[in-house]
Amino acid sequence: MKPTTKSGPQVLDDRHLEIRARILELAAELDRVDRGGGAEEDPRLALTRTGIRILLEGPPACKAEQVQLLFSDRYEPDWKIPQPRQ
Amino acid sequence: MSNYIDPHIHMISRVTDDYHRMAMAGCLAISEPAFWAGFDRGSAEGFRDYFHHLVDVEPKRAAQFGIQHFSWLCINAKEAENVSLSRDVIRLIPEYLQRPNVLGIGEIGLNKNTANEATVFQEHVDLAMRTNELILVHTPHLRDKHKGTLMILDMFRNDKRVQPDRVCIDHVEEHTIKPALDAGFWVGMTLYPVTKCTPERACDMVEQYGGERMMVNSAGDWGRSDPMAVPEFILSMRRRGHPESLIRKVALENPVAFWQKCQRWPGLSPRP
Repeated sequence: MKPTTKSGPQVLDDRHLEIRARILELAAELDRVDRGGGAEEDPRLALTRTGIRILLEGPPACKAEQVQLLFSDRYEPDWKIPQPRQ
Repeated sequence: MSNYIDPHIHMISRVTDDYHRMAMAGCLAISEPAFWAGFDRGSAEGFRDYFHHLVDVEPKRAAQFGIQHFSWLCINAKEAENVSLSRDVIRLIPEYLQRPNVLGIGEIGLNKNTANEATVFQEHVDLAMRTNELILVHTPHLRDKHKGTLMILDMFRNDKRVQPDRVCIDHVEEHTIKPALDAGFWVGMTLYPVTKCTPERACDMVEQYGGERMMVNSAGDWGRSDPMAVPEFILSMRRRGHPESLIRKVALENPVAFWQKCQRWPGLSPRP
């Protein structure tokens, strides 16, 4: 795990209000989905909930990458690669 | 104010006031890759006009503000789904390659990761290898990015002619930067609201990977985007207490180090 220039508490000193605002924004977005009758069948809501779980339980210093992978199509290594030509 | 380079911005879709603001913020040079115009063009002749704009018109507009303008030529990944049109456009490119502001072939890449896009990508790489050009790579958006980036790396790995230090993999994010850097490529982090990377997350990646072979760009275009994004990144790095030497490396020296591998590289002009 590579360090940043600031300690954990210093990062929170700088960013706490930003973090608070983003959590609040997310909460309000989910409230809006609820007020719109919910979307339990929509896979995007399940993805969102999984993303939130990554924030709470994801590996140290690797949460952004894990969220990115959650929202990514799966790579299939045996795809047919076009061949170079002179 | 720090001098900087924006190595990926589509000035054809920006107003002249943006050049003014960028010059005041310390922008010395930009490079403009050929991209999707927001609609599919009807024929290769439409690309001839676009290439004329990139190699003749835009450099003059930039020069009014003391900014050097460079460009990259290709048919973009979205229109590459039309293989026949793409081949017509690829045939046009060589007549523009000797223009003094052209850096190479780009931004080639994938969009929806289809077989046609991969075919046209490889044919652009074939052209770049025949003509000894640098390559700038567009990696796909959102859910397609991870898969598409790995497919692009597969194609480069499969082509033994390709030297990774003559290729920049652009629009990397947290889940794609490591495989690109590990394979020896340059990478670009695009500071683009909502769909790509924020200045803070770009700083995080510089902290994690050290800044070697890394650049930042705005990819400013006709969508919501910020031509002042690179200065925003510089400010974020300063606020975190990073040394000016590291900021200068990522925002100025690395783009020059990559571009100077181009056989026509004229050097950065002294400021007027």
